[in-house]
Formats: sequence, structure tokens, C-alpha cells
Amino acid sequence: MTEVKPVLMQGNVACAEGAITAGVRFYAGYPITPSTEIAEHMAERLPQVGGVFIQMEDEIAGIAAVIGASVGGMRALTATSGPGFSLKQENIGYAIMAEIPCVIVNVQRMGPSTGIPTAPAQGDVMQARWGTHGDHPIVVFSPASVYETFYLTIAAVNLSQKLRQPVILLMDEVVGHMREKVLIPEVGKLLVEKASDEIPPDWKPYDDKGLAPLVPFGSGHYYHVTGLFHDESGFPSGDPAVVSRSLERLHGKLEKYRHEVTFTSYIGHKEPRVAIVTYGCTVRSARAAIKKAYWQNRWPVGLLSLQTIWPFPAKEVEALARQVEMIMVPEMNMGQLVGEVERYSRGRAEVVPLNRYDGEMITPDQIFDQLRRWFA
Amino acid sequence: MNLRETDSGAEILYSGHSACPGCGAALAVRYFSRALGPDIVMVITACCWSIIAGGPPLTTLKCPILHCPFPSAASVGSGVKRGLEQKGNRDTTVVVLAGDGGTFDIGLQALSGAAQRNEDFIFVCYDNEAYMNTGMQTSSATPYGCHTNTLPLPRTKERQKKEIMRIMAAHGIPYAATATVAFPDDLAQKFVKARGIKGFRFFHLLIPCPPGWGAESDETIRLSRLAVESCLFPLYEIRDGITVELTYRPPQKAPLEEYLALQRRFSGLERWQVEALQHSVDRDWERLLQQGEGAAPF
Repeated sequence: MTEVKPVLMQGNVACAEGAITAGVRFYAGYPITPSTEIAEHMAERLPQVGGVFIQMEDEIAGIAAVIGASVGGMRALTATSGPGFSLKQENIGYAIMAEIPCVIVNVQRMGPSTGIPTAPAQGDVMQARWGTHGDHPIVVFSPASVYETFYLTIAAVNLSQKLRQPVILLMDEVVGHMREKVLIPEVGKLLVEKASDEIPPDWKPYDDKGLAPLVPFGSGHYYHVTGLFHDESGFPSGDPAVVSRSLERLHGKLEKYRHEVTFTSYIGHKEPRVAIVTYGCTVRSARAAIKKAYWQNRWPVGLLSLQTIWPFPAKEVEALARQVEMIMVPEMNMGQLVGEVERYSRGRAEVVPLNRYDGEMITPDQIFDQLRRWFA
Repeated sequence: MNLRETDSGAEILYSGHSACPGCGAALAVRYFSRALGPDIVMVITACCWSIIAGGPPLTTLKCPILHCPFPSAASVGSGVKRGLEQKGNRDTTVVVLAGDGGTFDIGLQALSGAAQRNEDFIFVCYDNEAYMNTGMQTSSATPYGCHTNTLPLPRTKERQKKEIMRIMAAHGIPYAATATVAFPDDLAQKFVKARGIKGFRFFHLLIPCPPGWGAESDETIRLSRLAVESCLFPLYEIRDGITVELTYRPPQKAPLEEYLALQRRFSGLERWQVEALQHSVDRDWERLLQQGEGAAPF
């Protein structure tokens, strides 16, 4: 990627543009603050690239139409925020079960309930993981900047196609509404994985040998799509052996392709004594705190930022916990991902949460003060 | 009957609220709450009134207010009324207040359910013809030819507005009425009448929204009046889903163009589009005039 053009872009617009770059040509949704700009931008852009924009009558209809379009062969996306995300949960579970690729963007706002529609929060981490019922796998990305939003949206679309699995892009109000520079490759320079047009001769819709592509309706294959447990042909089955094998297959996909799904990055000291693990807009404050602590004060600190939060980057956190004495987990909630960090630290490092839940961002100073107390 | 006769004297709307200048919704609530009297409970779903009814530490309404999730207005209203009755309170009027989104779109299922069960409360839809609170996104109440921010290019609505009154009449509810702020006597009178009826009562209020409609804030009443005078928004009531009665007949039908020209949301309409709109207004008006006592609605 040599030819790049810098563009000043809003986070929500970057999400919409990323989706279009990745081949999304279908959007169905319902306006909700602070995600509405995604819908507004899609309404403008999709007709220009031959795509379809539909404003639906409610949130449930938004995700349901996206599922329908995906089975029809479109790359499809919907965007919402907390209350709408709650309404979409049943359909998200359906898409997981029926293995229908789609991307659901949740620009988080302060909750619960109506909360503060225009204030940022990171309260939907566990809802993104366990919002829909049943023991399901899920992929959730959390961008920390407008730039990451653009590229993670592309990754979300591609991986959802490849794995036939809904992918959730868990943004927050800060990233959604901020404007930043994004480097956008010239058209055609960006590698967008295209689902294979060729159908394997022995194709079965839910084959458990590797990844069976989703063959769109209308392409000559008749098959059955259902939210019931089903065998490899797609027909419902209550056979205990089929049921357990199906569920293992759903989880197995993410296990097998974990390395492709897991995005994290580390900055700071090579042999840190203290590390910060965080995600989303809080990464920005953590980065500023690390700069002051490491570059100015030469404290042995590091920052592991998680672009993928589900499946949880267990290996990366486990490795970090072997190195450090303390892991700080700043989050704009009352402590959600900190539980996972604790789980995979396995007692090797002290895990300290830093929570803020007043509708304001965690500041670099808050993180720095915590670090100073540790090194004092 | 005029405002003086219907007025309960109870002002439950405080001044200094956070509605936009020229807001028709604030005016409508003031009129109908004075008509209904002080013993009311408000259930408000996500709409402009979620904001108007009180940014902390202020409150606008001097009555109990329950803000409920977007899709659930009529269901929450059902529960509140039944709960009050169960506790022996049969006098308090339960008013559910929803915008067009909370009525025509996401709230329609709950509304239809409550109407079908004939729940005993007043459902007020104040229709400003788009999601105005969040910056003008399309709703199914947005009229043909109107611009919004979520319409695909060329950003003009191609479908007509959903006819909510016909839908509600089809439920056979005891009382349904249209009203608007330029006719406060008519509005208040209908609410007084509705208060005396048991069962599900539905109001469709046309509410000019100066910022959303792209009009001046002093044009609210004029727009409201023109909508009625041009027969775009006739004032009538329907009893038991069957009997339709016009409550105001314009002495002379005003041309629709005057109404459209005052609003930027209709800017750039072609001649044929204005004619198409005029045609549909004429057709609906004729159909309404043909309704008589005992006739099937519409």
C-alpha cells in the first residue's frame, strides 16, 4: 500500500466508508444517537456505488433485513447504539446459529437504558459477548481511533464472510464522533477478501470439514436455513450427537482461526513491571499516560491495547502477566473486561481496575496518578 | 364550546422549558393538559418531549411522568392504567405521549396491541413528520416529496405518508380524532370529549416543527392552519371505528403550494410532484366527505 491519501474524517463516517471499501452494498437500520451518522452517510453513499439503503421501522427490522440480504448474497451491515443493540440480540443469535455473515456496529453510549445518549461509555462489553441467549461464540472488535475504525470495519466484513459469523464492531461515542486523519489507500489497492464464487462439488451448507462458503439463495442450490439445531445439510435435528457437534463446530471455528481474529498491539518498555490493558477510546488516554511515564520518566511500563476484545486475547494477556507485577485495566464502566484479565493472569500479576462511569472519558492524568502511586 | 369553557384552569406546563422556539409540540401539550385537568399521568416515549419534559434539574410538567423505552409506549400505558385501577384509582387519566416514530414505526406493534385490547387510556401522537429530536431522519409519517437526512439520494421521500387514522379506525376503538395547534378550541374540545369516554382513545396531532421543516419559528400556527385549510390535514373524529364526523370544514380550500412554499424540506419539488401531492390531498378529502353516519370508515 504505497499510494495513500490522508483524509480528515469522522469516526462514524470512517466506519461507513470502511464498509463500502470492504464491499458492503446493503445497509438497513434505524436512527439512534450516537450512531446516526453511519446511517446518514450510507444513505448518501450507497446509491452512488450501486448499493441499497433502507431505513427500517425499528431496530429489530434493521438486523433482520441485513440477515436476509446476506443470505441473498450481499455484504451487509447495520449500526446502532445501546438500546437498539439490546433489541437486536435475538437476531444476532439467529445469525450465529444459522451462520450468516453480517456486521453489527454498536456505537456505545452511556447506559443502562436511555442513559445519556450523547455521552461515551464502554458498558456494552459483556452485552456484546453474552447479549443473545445460548452458549455462542462471538467476534467483537473495539477501535481506538478513526483510523482503526476504518480498518477494523474492513476486517470485520472480511472475517464475517470468511468465518460465516456475525462480527460486532464495538465503537464508542468518542471514536464515533471525533474527527481525525485517516490514510485511505487508492481504490483497488486495498486487499478485500472476496468470497469464492466457486462452489465446491460436494458442498454442504453446514459442512464441518473446514469453512463451507455461504452460497447465496438463487444460485441453484436449495438448502434450509434455520435457527433450530441442524445437521450439515441444514435440516433441523434434535439428535443429541448432532446438537453437541453443531455447537462445538460453531466454537471450533473461532478457536481454529483465533490468530486471524485476534488483533492487539503493545507499546512501551521491553521488560515492563507494570502494564495497562485497555481498549476503545480509553487506549488514547492510556497512550498519553504511557508517554509521560515511559518516555519522560523512564518507568518500566507498557500498554497492551486490544482491538479484539472477544474472543478474549487470552494468550497475550497470559504472556503479559508472566512479565509484570501489576496490570491496570482502565474501562469506562464499573469493571467488565477486568474480569477476563484477572482470569487469564492466573494470579501471576495483581490486576487493578480503574473505572469511570460518569459519562466522561478516563483522563491520562487519572491513569498516570495510578501509575505514580505504584512506583512511589 | 371554546377554550374558556373547556379550560380546567390547571396549568401543568411550566415556562422556561427546553423546546425549540416555535415548537408546536409544547403548545399542543399545554392545550390538552389544560383541557384534561390536573389529575393526569404522562407516559412519554423517546421523542422530542423526552427532552422538553425536563433536562435536570428542571421539570416542565407538573404531573407524574414515566419516560419509557422507545417501542413500548402503549404497553407501558396499559400497565400504568391497569395498575391504578387495581389499586382503586379510577379517576386519574393516563396519557401516553409519543412522536410519529414512536407511533407509526417502532411503537406500532404496542399501539395496535393496546388498541385491540381496548385499554383505557389516551394515546397522543404528536406528529412532526420525522425523527426531529435526533436531527430529522425519515419516519413512515414523513410525507411524499420531503427531504430528510436518511433518505437515499436524491434525498426525497418517494412514498406517501402512512395513514395512521385509517389503521386506528380499523381497530374499532371508541374514539379517534385529529387536531392541530392552530385550532385550540377544536383540540381542547376533543380532549374533553375523550376524557368522558372509556376505552382506547387515539389522537393524531399535526405538529409543525420550525427547525425540522425549515420554517421560521413564528410560522408554526400559520403552517398548522394552512395544513387544515388546504385539506391536507382535515379535522375530524371517528367513533367506534365507524362514524366519521368532520369538526371543521374550510370555507375555501387553500392551495397546497402556499403550505409547501413556507418549508425548506419541500424545496426543489417539481411541478408534477406538487400536482401529485395536490391530487392525493383532493382524493383523500373527497373520500372523507363521503363518509356518513353508519358508513364503513374510509
